[in-house]
Amino acid sequence: MANILSPQVAVEQPLVTTWQSRLLRSTLNNRSLAIGLLIITSLGIVALLAPWLAPHDPYLQNTANRMVPPIWHETGSWTHPLGTDRLGRDYLSRLIYGTRISLFIGIVVALISGLIGTTLGVLAGYFGGRVDAVVSYLLTTRLAMPVVLVALAMASLIGGSMLTVTLLLGLLLWDRFAVVARSATQQLRDAEYVQAARALGCPLHYILLREVLPNIAGALIVVATLEVANAILLEATLSFLGMGVQPPSPSWGLMIAEGKAYMFFQPWVITIPGSALFVLVLAINLLGDGLRDLSAPGGRNE
Amino acid sequence: MSSAAIPRDPLALELCALSKTFTLGGGMLHKSRSLQAVKDVSLRVPHGQVMGLVGESGCGKSTLAKMLLGLTKPSGGDVLINGKAIVNANQKALARHIQPIFQDPYSSLNPRQRIAQIVGLPLRIHAIGTAKEQAVKVEEMLDMVGLPKRAAQQYPGQMSGGQRQRVAIARALIMRPDLVICDEPTSALDVSVQAQILNLLLDLKDEFGLTYLFISHDLAVVEHLADRLAVMYLGRIVEEGTREQIFTAPRHPYTQALLASALTPEPGLGVPDIGLGAGQPDPSRPPSGCAFHPRCPMAQPECAQQAPALSALDQNNQGRVACHFA
Repeated sequence: MANILSPQVAVEQPLVTTWQSRLLRSTLNNRSLAIGLLIITSLGIVALLAPWLAPHDPYLQNTANRMVPPIWHETGSWTHPLGTDRLGRDYLSRLIYGTRISLFIGIVVALISGLIGTTLGVLAGYFGGRVDAVVSYLLTTRLAMPVVLVALAMASLIGGSMLTVTLLLGLLLWDRFAVVARSATQQLRDAEYVQAARALGCPLHYILLREVLPNIAGALIVVATLEVANAILLEATLSFLGMGVQPPSPSWGLMIAEGKAYMFFQPWVITIPGSALFVLVLAINLLGDGLRDLSAPGGRNE
Repeated sequence: MSSAAIPRDPLALELCALSKTFTLGGGMLHKSRSLQAVKDVSLRVPHGQVMGLVGESGCGKSTLAKMLLGLTKPSGGDVLINGKAIVNANQKALARHIQPIFQDPYSSLNPRQRIAQIVGLPLRIHAIGTAKEQAVKVEEMLDMVGLPKRAAQQYPGQMSGGQRQRVAIARALIMRPDLVICDEPTSALDVSVQAQILNLLLDLKDEFGLTYLFISHDLAVVEHLADRLAVMYLGRIVEEGTREQIFTAPRHPYTQALLASALTPEPGLGVPDIGLGAGQPDPSRPPSGCAFHPRCPMAQPECAQQAPALSALDQNNQGRVACHFA
């Protein structure tokens, strides 16, 4: 939007710009990227500073103070700005601590699945042939499994906990990474700079890590943001179904599950964590969208 | 840097009956077919010479180059560099002697690396000198190919095609190889830049005593550069000789047609009609006998039966031609 309105600005810029300044400018010009980044940064700060920001102990029960409504209700009070739950725990504090769980699971799952998927995809794309056949077989097997069902079954076998959920989702969500890494690597395999590196006798790990990986990183980062959002939603789903993060941990999905008995009379018990989930996932998707625009071929050269 | 201490074989490069067959398709429902990209190619290139290799697209020139660089394994035959066979040779040892300059300077440089990294890569991989010495060498090399000092800190995306090709040349020459495979190094460049790059290649050849295998489909470029010329058609060499021989008295009808097809700068003449009829046949279903006979203006029934051998024209091995009637 902004770059359409300011063609003069583009003319005044020096001819040679560093990539940092170009990156900064295109980030600010890209509205969805800026909004997504802003929300995620603030939620990240909230997660990091949770002990100082939360007004109450998120685990402290107070049965005398059950189901206090939030501030916008007539009976609400500033002691509990978002009210309390059925055990009298401060809802705002639980929400703040819940940010930690969501962000932790989202990021760690994306890292684990990114590592698995990228490794498989790059190897399949680079070597082709039998390696590709094996990876493709693994990939179709994985795609044939319904994620929620398998995760639920496994979690009920092992026993749900934050660690189980993180590992399970990490081992299940690598498919998109593998698909993207594989096709991007296939395109690069015959690039002349890869051929030149091979002709030089570069070791395989050098070619894959230094010649191939940096050039497919843009696409992988976009996938990573989408997988973070996906993992956060799946964690909430599993926690809601009772197979994810266990009480009394303040997971957003668990908060929704615990509140579902009250949803017709005190709907805020569900809408508050639900909205938090919505905002976080939306922000991550906006970020991913913005990154995709940024890494698109046209985006780099203005 | 090069093998100055060891007595050198008079030939920088020798190809003995080199062949490459690719297998195509071969799924559950299809029968696999074989494509002979390079057939029985023998070629000798003495030190310090420029051997031009010309032919249509798809005639096997680039496959040949890849085999020489060790990127593709030959199906048969031998490649000797300085008299030593390279089949099963260590890629690193091979890289010291032979380096490529590729066609497209837009895809031959990693867009995520600075020029200094790209040009210094051979030194780093082969662990030649300390980091400081490597930086000095990179600077010298950039200077030799006519790039300013500040180019070292730039990314390929900030350079023009001609500048990028200079970077590719610097990367190929920084380890002082004996032999450089130039795979159409100018065909992706503007005409005005082509001449600069060609002259640079000639200057560097004299300076470092290089041998070039110069692959091209542009006859004007080859005429400017090559000492000897080999003409390829459907994977085979059909004629080989000195530049004068090929340009003044071509013997093979395909060479004659190729020379006739060169465009002149004269306006109004249009595209010359070379009388070759339809396009090149499918390389996976080559014609019987002489592969050129379906397009040959002087083909006889005999040509469809028997493939002509590449035979010497005289005792001094000044030229070879593969035609029954040449």
